[in-house]
Amino acid sequence: MQVPAPFDYRRATSVGDAIALLQDYGPDSRVIAGGHSLLPMMRLRLARPEVLIDINHLTELDYIRVDGSFLKIGAMVRHVTLQTSHLAAEYYPIFAEAEAQIADPLVRNRGTVGGSLCQADPAEDLSAVFSALKANVVIAHRSGTRKVPISEFHTGPYTTILEADEILTEVEVPLRSNTGSAYEKVERRVGDWAIAAVGAMVRIEEGLVSEAGIGLTAVRADHFRAKEAEDSLVGRPPSTEAIAEAASLAATHCDPFADQRGPEDYKRHLVEELTKRALSRAMNRSLPEVH
Amino acid sequence: MQVNMLVNGVEVSDDIEPRLLLVHFLRENLRLTGTHWGCDTSNCGTCTVWMDGTPVKSCTVLAAMASGSEIMTVEGLATDGELDPVQQGFIEMHGLQCGFCTPGMMLSARWLLDHNPDPNEEQIREAISGQICRCTGYENIVRAVKWAAAHSQKSDTREEVGA
Ligand SMILES: Cc1cc2nc3c(=O)[nH]c(=O)nc-3n(C[C@H](O)[C@H](O)[C@H](O)COP(=O)(O)OP(=O)(O)OC[C@H]3O[C@@H](n4cnc5c(N)ncnc54)[C@H](O)[C@@H]3O)c2cc1C
Ligand code: FES
Ligand code: FES
Repeated sequence: MQVPAPFDYRRATSVGDAIALLQDYGPDSRVIAGGHSLLPMMRLRLARPEVLIDINHLTELDYIRVDGSFLKIGAMVRHVTLQTSHLAAEYYPIFAEAEAQIADPLVRNRGTVGGSLCQADPAEDLSAVFSALKANVVIAHRSGTRKVPISEFHTGPYTTILEADEILTEVEVPLRSNTGSAYEKVERRVGDWAIAAVGAMVRIEEGLVSEAGIGLTAVRADHFRAKEAEDSLVGRPPSTEAIAEAASLAATHCDPFADQRGPEDYKRHLVEELTKRALSRAMNRSLPEVH
Repeated sequence: MQVNMLVNGVEVSDDIEPRLLLVHFLRENLRLTGTHWGCDTSNCGTCTVWMDGTPVKSCTVLAAMASGSEIMTVEGLATDGELDPVQQGFIEMHGLQCGFCTPGMMLSARWLLDHNPDPNEEQIREAISGQICRCTGYENIVRAVKWAAAHSQKSDTREEVGA
């Protein structure tokens, strides 16, 4: 039986309180959200925080709302809430699609949006989703908040720009007209992490792609993003040729490695194929008349 | 540290180590061994209990985190000595062999039927997809849940108005 190493437990009552506790206890303290990444790591003793600060009671971070020109998602929103949110789906169907393929219903009942991004697992799905949507994350610290594009949030596998006494409070996604989004994932079996997955967002104005986002996960893409592929689409009419070119760029510019989920060339093949599918579905959704 | 929770309607409190997982608190401190514990990777789902009305993997929740919550375990399914239709369904349709996965399966099934009294096969399979059964091949589990849906006096009374 695997048991975490001993630690002290504190329950935060507000964001400010959580930050104050992180400061009091120093770098060996950590917040715990859904606990569905942290507790498995603690049981394997891959993580040994000395103090756990429970943020599950910060209902102030549990919201999905439209505010100005952004869809705002609080860090303590559970996977299941995002999966079933009509508001999120109305603007971006990619959320319900991706969430339905993250883990299993029991894990989705506990795991959170903030925990997923902060865990920074290289195969994390929401990182690819928010990357495709070009979201910003809001980070709270002792003297206020700062806002950072998602493309600057992750610094490598399991690492982010968060300082030890900072907390992710929100993810904000710009609202866009004439925009479609979609998620494509291949997994070994239901509930598993991705072999490869691709999220796409396409905005079409006056017959041309005016904005494109392509997020990749599990294939070591820089910042979960296929930037070259995104750039190749902008300014072009949506077409099978444009999609094929972007898909090929995405497959070239990622860096998958062979593991128990498959060899490198297979993963690259998946990136290309899934990018095509995600892009064409996203385009169809932004322009229902194009097929 | 001190924890308090309502387990199957009974107020319990205990002095525990913060690192105690909810599954071990239920099994060892409360001797409610109906909740099983099968893996260290949060994959098998046999440890499933309801926490504030939502099914969760109790091996991935600290007892400390559950303090102040309402917990329901498999021991809480029967009322006044009468089996829940889900439990009866597992008997009628031979929904178990070794029985190791059964408590978790039944709690997910009860939750599904409370929210969707007449689920189709796909919805049943989705609801139990966080749980692993090494014996049945799932077929008879699905049949057991369908049997329960057809014989759910419990949800019949609850859903009567809408049905
Ligand atoms: C069986 C299983 C299958 C899974 N499959 C998938 C999958 O297919 N795809 C996928 O993407 N994920 C998957 N996951 C991961 C799941 O989505 C987790 O819920 C998620 O990665 C972490 O969220 P959490 O709320 O549980 O975070 P926690 O485990 O509580 O925290 C994770 C890390 O983030 C930090 N943290 C949490 N919240 C904040 C915050 N607001 N501010 C600062 N730091 C914070 C914690 O200190 C910790 O270091 C799976 C998990 C399991 C157990
Ligand atoms: S014991 Fe296996 S998921 Fe909890
Ligand atoms: S009946 Fe044996 S594991 Fe399910």
